[in-house]
Amino acid sequence: MAIFKLQINGRSYQADVEPDTPLLWVLRDNFGLVGTKYGCGIAQCGACTVHLNGEATRACVLPVSAVGKSKVTTIEGLSVAGTHPVQQAWDTMDVPQCGYCQAGQIMTAAALLKRNPKPSQAEIDETMTGNICRCGTYHRIREAVKLASMSSPAGTIKSSKTK
Amino acid sequence: MQTIEHSSRRGFLKIAAATGGGLILGFNWFESEAATATTTAAAVAAGADFNSYLSISPQGIITILSPNPEVGQGIKTAFPIIVAEELDADWTKVVVEQAPLDTKKFERQVAGGSGSIPHSWERLRKAGATARQMLVGAAAKRWSVPGSECTTEKGFVIHSASNRKLSYGELATEAAQLPVPADVKLKAVKDFKLIGTTVKNVDNAKITTGKPLFGLDFYREGMLFAMLQRPAFGYKLKSLNAEAAKAMPGIVNVVTFDNNVAVVGKSTWQVKKAKDALKIEWEKADALESTTDHNRLFKELLDSSNATVRRKDGDVETAFKNAAKVVRAEYQCPFLSHAPMEPMNFFAHVRPDGVELVGPTQTPELARNETAKLLGITPDKVSVQLTRMGGGFGRRLKADYVVEAVQVSKLVNAPVKLIWTREDDMTGGSYRPAVRYRFEAALDAQGNMIGYKLRGASINAGNATREDNFPAGAVDNLLIDSVDHKSPITTGPWRAPITNFLAFAEQSFIDEVAQAAGKDPVQFRLDLLNKAKQKPVGAIKYDIDRMKGVIDLAVEKSGWGKKKGADGKLVAQGFSVYFSHRSYVAQVGEVVLQKGKPVLQKVYSAADCGVVINQSGAQQQVRGCVVDGIGHAMYGNLTFKDGMTQQKNFNEYRLIRLNEIPEIEVHFVQNEVDPTGLGEPSLPPAGGAVANAIFKATGKRLRSQPFVEQDEFKGVS
Repeated sequence: MAIFKLQINGRSYQADVEPDTPLLWVLRDNFGLVGTKYGCGIAQCGACTVHLNGEATRACVLPVSAVGKSKVTTIEGLSVAGTHPVQQAWDTMDVPQCGYCQAGQIMTAAALLKRNPKPSQAEIDETMTGNICRCGTYHRIREAVKLASMSSPAGTIKSSKTK
Repeated sequence: MQTIEHSSRRGFLKIAAATGGGLILGFNWFESEAATATTTAAAVAAGADFNSYLSISPQGIITILSPNPEVGQGIKTAFPIIVAEELDADWTKVVVEQAPLDTKKFERQVAGGSGSIPHSWERLRKAGATARQMLVGAAAKRWSVPGSECTTEKGFVIHSASNRKLSYGELATEAAQLPVPADVKLKAVKDFKLIGTTVKNVDNAKITTGKPLFGLDFYREGMLFAMLQRPAFGYKLKSLNAEAAKAMPGIVNVVTFDNNVAVVGKSTWQVKKAKDALKIEWEKADALESTTDHNRLFKELLDSSNATVRRKDGDVETAFKNAAKVVRAEYQCPFLSHAPMEPMNFFAHVRPDGVELVGPTQTPELARNETAKLLGITPDKVSVQLTRMGGGFGRRLKADYVVEAVQVSKLVNAPVKLIWTREDDMTGGSYRPAVRYRFEAALDAQGNMIGYKLRGASINAGNATREDNFPAGAVDNLLIDSVDHKSPITTGPWRAPITNFLAFAEQSFIDEVAQAAGKDPVQFRLDLLNKAKQKPVGAIKYDIDRMKGVIDLAVEKSGWGKKKGADGKLVAQGFSVYFSHRSYVAQVGEVVLQKGKPVLQKVYSAADCGVVINQSGAQQQVRGCVVDGIGHAMYGNLTFKDGMTQQKNFNEYRLIRLNEIPEIEVHFVQNEVDPTGLGEPSLPPAGGAVANAIFKATGKRLRSQPFVEQDEFKGVS
C-alpha cells in the first residue's frame, strides 16, 4: 500500500492503495466517482475511458502509480452542469439505451473533438469503433458526435473543469 | 405501506404523504448528491398518493413509479408516458422513480419476453385516467359545477364556461381523498397527445453525467467486496490452498460453498488479485464437453428415433413420396454469451431480521424467492431494490448471481457486493444454447410446398422449435419435432429465446425452397399466407393479415426486387419476416460486393407492434435489435474445450462495433391495436435478411453462424 495524490476534475484526491491498482478502481472504490465503468478490464470495450491530460485513456489498465501529476478528467468533471456539447448532443439525439457504456463513449468523443473539432465520418467511425455498445446505439452515437462537432465552432470544445 | 429502515451513505429521501398518514420512501440513494432541480422539488414536496403508480405534490410535481426493471428496453420512459397520457399531465413536471419489488402493489415486475407493455398497458392507462377523474372531481366540487363540464389539459382542470382553471398541484390533496372511481373512460387512440411522440430517455441527464445508477455503482459504508472462482462445467472442487490469498492486503476471508471459492475483501482490486492467487484443484464430476463433441452429437441427434413430436399436420411421408422436388438443408448456430456491458453483480446483506438486496435483476421476485428458499425464511423478509441495468439480454432472468451474493453475505456475516469479472461472465454461464436444424420441404410440380419437416437438435435448449410459427398452418403436411441433449453447460433465455437462431434458419430455408420452386421469395411467402388464410391447416397462432401488413410495408419501403444501385444493376436484397413476442417484423437486407466479399449496406425494418408509445425509444429498440441480430449472426461464437469456454473476454469474443453497422431504416405499421413490446421482435429476422441478401449477391448459402467464419468472408478483417 502507498499513498497516491491525484488531480481529478480539478480537485485533489488521495488514496492509500496498492501501486498496481487500476485507476478505474481507485476512482470507483476510493473516490466514489462511479461514472467511469468497468466492462472488460483489458482495454477492449472503452467503458472506462477517462481523459489523461486531455487524451482518451483506458482507466482499467492504467495503474494508479503511472498517473503521477497527470490531470485526470472523468465524466463527472467533463463539465460543471452536464452541458458539454457532447453531453448535450447525447441527450438531443437520445443516444442511451441501457446507458452503461455511454460515459466511456462520451469521453472518447469529447477527446476526439478536442484534438479534431471537425472530424469526417470516417474519422468519427475510426475513433468510436474502439468503444463497444452492446445495445447497438451506434447510429445515434455517430450522429451525436456529428451534432456536437457542428454545435460548437472549431476549437471551442475543451474539457471544462469543476471547481 | 412498506417502510424500509436502513440508512445508506447516500441516504433516502423521505416524502411525506398527504393521505394515509404514512410515508412514501423514495429510493434515492443514487440521486441525493446531484439531484436535478425537478427531483429536488419532488423530494421536498408532500405528494398526495393516488394509486400504486402515482403521486402529485402541491407544487404540481407528478411522481410516477415505474415498477418494471429497466434493462435498456426503455420501460422507465414508456410506462410513465402511458400514465401521463391518460392523466393529461405536463410531461415536464413528471419525475420518474424506479419502484422496488412490491408484489402487493404491482404484478409481473419482470423485464423479459417483451411482455411489460402488453401486460401493463391497460393498468397504466387506468392509473392515469383514475387520478385524472379524481382531479376533475375535486375541481368540480370547488367550483360547484358538474364534472362533465370540466376538461383537462397539461396539468390543469379547466372549466371553459366560467373561464376558470386549477392546477393539478392545487387540487392534489383534495383529489386524493375522493373515493377512487371504479370505472373510468380511457382515451381514444386518436386523442393521444403524448403517446406516439418522441420522448427522450428519462435518465439521460444522469447517464450523460455519470451519476450512480447501476448495480455496480451501489456502495454502502462498511460493505465488503466479493468475487468467486467457479468450476468449469463438469468439474467440482477437490482442494483449495488459500493461504497466499488470505495473506494479501485487504482480504478479509476466503470461503467455499457449492464448489465455489469466494474471496472477500475491502476493495474490488484487492479481491481480484487475491482471487488470481488462489491455488485450486478441480476434479471431474460430470461430462467434460467440447464443441467438437457437440458437432458430432448434433449429427446423432438429427438421426435420433427419440425426438419429441411438437406438431403434426396431415401425412408428411406420403407428401414427400409424391413430391416432384425435395429440398433439404441443415443450419447451425453456436453458443453465445449474453455479455451485457455491466457484468453480473449484486449487493446482499443477510441480517438476523431479514435480507436486503440491491442490484440489477430482470426478475426481482425470483431473486427474492430463491433467497428466501436458500435461507429457509419467508419471502416477506427479503427486500429487493432495483437498479438500472447495464444490459441483460436474458442473463439477468436468472438469480444465480443474487443467490451467490446472499451465500457470501451469510458466510461472512457482512454486507457484500458480489462482482463477476468479464472473464467470470464469459466462462461462468449461462449461455444461449447451440442448435442444429434439419429442414426438408416437398414441392409439387407447380412449385407448391406440399410437405415440410423440421427437426431441432439442441444442447440444453429444451424445445428448439416454435412449432406453431409460420409456415405451420400453410402447409398440408407438416412435422416438427425436437431432440435435446442435457449438458452440464448452463444455458438460459437469450434475447428472443430460440427464435434468435430459429428465425435465421427458417427464413433462410424458406428462401431456398422459394428458389427451388422458381418463385420470388416474397411472393412465395405471400402465397403460403394466402393459402393459410383460405384453407388453414390445424391451429394458426399468428395473425395472417398483420404478417402480410409488415411484408407489404417492407416491400414498399425497400423497393423490393426493383431497386437499382448506382451502377444501374438490381441491388442484391434478401427478405425475412418473423412473428415473435406478439409483434410482426419484416426486414430486407442489402449486400454489395467489395473486392469480391459481401458487405451488408442497409437493412429496412418494418414492424407491427400496435400503437407506438415512444417514437424515439421504439425506433432505437428496432435499430438496436437489428444491430444485435446481425452482429451475433456475423461474429458471435462461444466454443468449449473440456467444459471451459475458449473465449474469455472481448479480445476473443467478438461483438459488433460501430464501423460494422449497416444503415438501418425503421418503419412501423400505423394502427390502433394494443401495443406489444419491442425489446426482442426485431432481432430474429435480421440474420435471415442478411443471409438471403448474401445469397443474392454471391450465390452462396450461409447455413452456419457466425458468418464471418464461413468461406465467403475469409480474408475479411
